[in-house]
Amino acid sequence: MVDIARTLFFPGLPAAGASRDCTSETPGVRAGLIAASLLFLALFLLAPLAAVFAQALSAGFGAWAAALVEPDALSAIRLTLLVAVIAVPLNCVFGLAAAWAAAKHEFRGKAFLISLIDLPFSVSPVIAGLIYVLLFGAGSAIGPWLSAHGVQVLFAVPGIVLATVFVTVPFVARELIPLMQAQGTTEEEAALSLGASGWRTFLRVTLPNVKWGLLYGVLLCNARAMGEFGAVSVVSGHIRGMTNTMPLHVEILYNEYNFQAAFAVASLLALLALVTLVLKTALEARLGGGAPGRVR
Amino acid sequence: MEVRIEAVAKDFDRHPALHEIDLAIASGELAALVGPSGSGKTTLLRLIAGLETPGRGRILFGEEDASRLSVQARRVGFVFQHYALFRHMTVLENVGFGLSARPRALRPARAEIDRRARELLELVQLGGLEKRYPPQLSGGQRQRVALARALAIEPRVLLLDEPFGALDAQVRRDLRRWLRELHDRTGHTTVFVTHDQEEALELADRVVVMSQGRIEQAATPDEVYDRPATAFVHGFIGESSRLPVRVEGGEVFLDDRPTGLRADWEGPAELFFRPHQALVGDGAGGLAGMVTGGRRIAGVRRVELELGAAHRRVEVDLPLAQSCAPGTLLAFRPTAFRLYPLAGEGRPADRAPARQLAHG
Ligand SMILES: Nc1ncnc2c1ncn2[C@@H]1O[C@H](COP(=O)(O)OP(=O)(O)OP(=O)(O)O)[C@@H](O)[C@H]1O
Ligand SMILES: [Mg+2]
Repeated sequence: MVDIARTLFFPGLPAAGASRDCTSETPGVRAGLIAASLLFLALFLLAPLAAVFAQALSAGFGAWAAALVEPDALSAIRLTLLVAVIAVPLNCVFGLAAAWAAAKHEFRGKAFLISLIDLPFSVSPVIAGLIYVLLFGAGSAIGPWLSAHGVQVLFAVPGIVLATVFVTVPFVARELIPLMQAQGTTEEEAALSLGASGWRTFLRVTLPNVKWGLLYGVLLCNARAMGEFGAVSVVSGHIRGMTNTMPLHVEILYNEYNFQAAFAVASLLALLALVTLVLKTALEARLGGGAPGRVR
Repeated sequence: MEVRIEAVAKDFDRHPALHEIDLAIASGELAALVGPSGSGKTTLLRLIAGLETPGRGRILFGEEDASRLSVQARRVGFVFQHYALFRHMTVLENVGFGLSARPRALRPARAEIDRRARELLELVQLGGLEKRYPPQLSGGQRQRVALARALAIEPRVLLLDEPFGALDAQVRRDLRRWLRELHDRTGHTTVFVTHDQEEALELADRVVVMSQGRIEQAATPDEVYDRPATAFVHGFIGESSRLPVRVEGGEVFLDDRPTGLRADWEGPAELFFRPHQALVGDGAGGLAGMVTGGRRIAGVRRVELELGAAHRRVEVDLPLAQSCAPGTLLAFRPTAFRLYPLAGEGRPADRAPARQLAHG
């Protein structure tokens, strides 16, 4: 358990006993520090996680499964997947385009663009949701026009997708910009001079060079897209079986004192987080391990 | 394919990297671009390749105006200084890239591409390494893969940016000789950039010396070494010593003292001579300097001298057997030298004719 925790949470730490590092702490101090952080992690991360699963399975495996296949839960799962399937590819396209622009070209306002990408990280998700209420609500300029034409943005899937896209904007771009900047443009120039078209150069040279970084960004983006609560909560309208995503569904069940079902759905989200964590660690090892593509 | 560069200029953010450049490279010629860092060598090469667009002027491939062609359409083989191999492709895929990137109608079959790539790898003596990835190769091997990759598209012009820059001296010498042989066999019009003047003199049919975005001289290695067109070229190519002098009534003066040298000239000038072009010893007459040090260079002893109150430094060669302790006074006289006129503020005039004078 301790060793798993070490590799999960401290991928950079050398394995116990294998180190003879040059920092000056005595072994006692080091053991104390490690014990303290493990205790902290156990208390604030592992214990709650364990509690989620314990609650979810408190009425047995059958009840857990039943809570998941119940129609409203299934609809929430379906909506969550739909939102992720739309938001993640959009984020990929935007992230690649922005990273390409930032890393391979010089233009005015580049620094501004790069810091603008971070905006969703610094804005509270609730605000992100409210922005769309202001933009598309009944009191806005285009809201009435849209509803007159039968387009429902708020309290419907489009609004949820928009809010999710907003909060996930930085993930892929943040990952790719430094990577592409470090790789420079000479490989692309070589491909062009060899006669490859711009599009082919992108597909055969640029994309393979950033594929691990892209995957890493997609992974984090996906986790956020499926787990987002605040922004989605504002624009969703909480219509059961219609506009509830998994996190919203959990909240509703919880507010109805249906703890077992709430935790059963929550356990799915927790599983997603764990899988993400494991994949992320694997990818980090790959990204850190020299030139990507060296190992097949 | 003949390459003609006509009045080409290039600015980066209004900072000129190349002033108007004119240069013609004959078909099948091997030309070297040399010059100090920042003189515009890479910029000129990238302009020929189409990786930069000229601010003014045009570039002709034969009779065709290449300035209107895209990078892809120019069909130029470019070898980058740091190889720029595709790191996620095998050596074979790297070399075959140019062929497989052709539009479908012109693309050879997969097997044919592989066959051609293998052939080229044999040509650059890398048979057997097809399956490797670039990080698994040595510097010299990567360089040759880059060359094979550039040759695969049957380029009209081959451009190499400091092809041996990152390699150690021994590998450099081998590759240099090998590149010359390859060039003689394939006959590509080739332009390569180098920091190493020795490399340029040994390898090239023609040496193009650049400084501050201008071409100082473009001529055969012998011409550039024996008759440098400008003071800059004289100082940059080969070893030389320089002395500020004044010529009055056909006689050369250094610090108002006669040197015993005569020249067909009037006014201030810079005098250049090479270490081996000096007669040294008692009775050599003319100039004298205090020995401050010396070192052995292959078969001769090169001695540093300090002249006059201004402590001007020059170097002359002595036979190995002849030793001379620091502090001794040594008389010498250049047997051949060149004068370059000074324009204002003691700067050598850019393109004024030089005078060479030899004494028996
Ligand atoms: N992309 C660029 N943006 C701005 N200035 C540039 C750019 N590329 C080159 N320069 C400038 O143009 C001038 C010529 O550069 P260039 O790279 O051609 O020199 P070089 O002769 O190849 O030098 P080196 O021997 O160091 O490679 C330099 O002053 C350089 O700073
Ligand atoms: Mg350069």
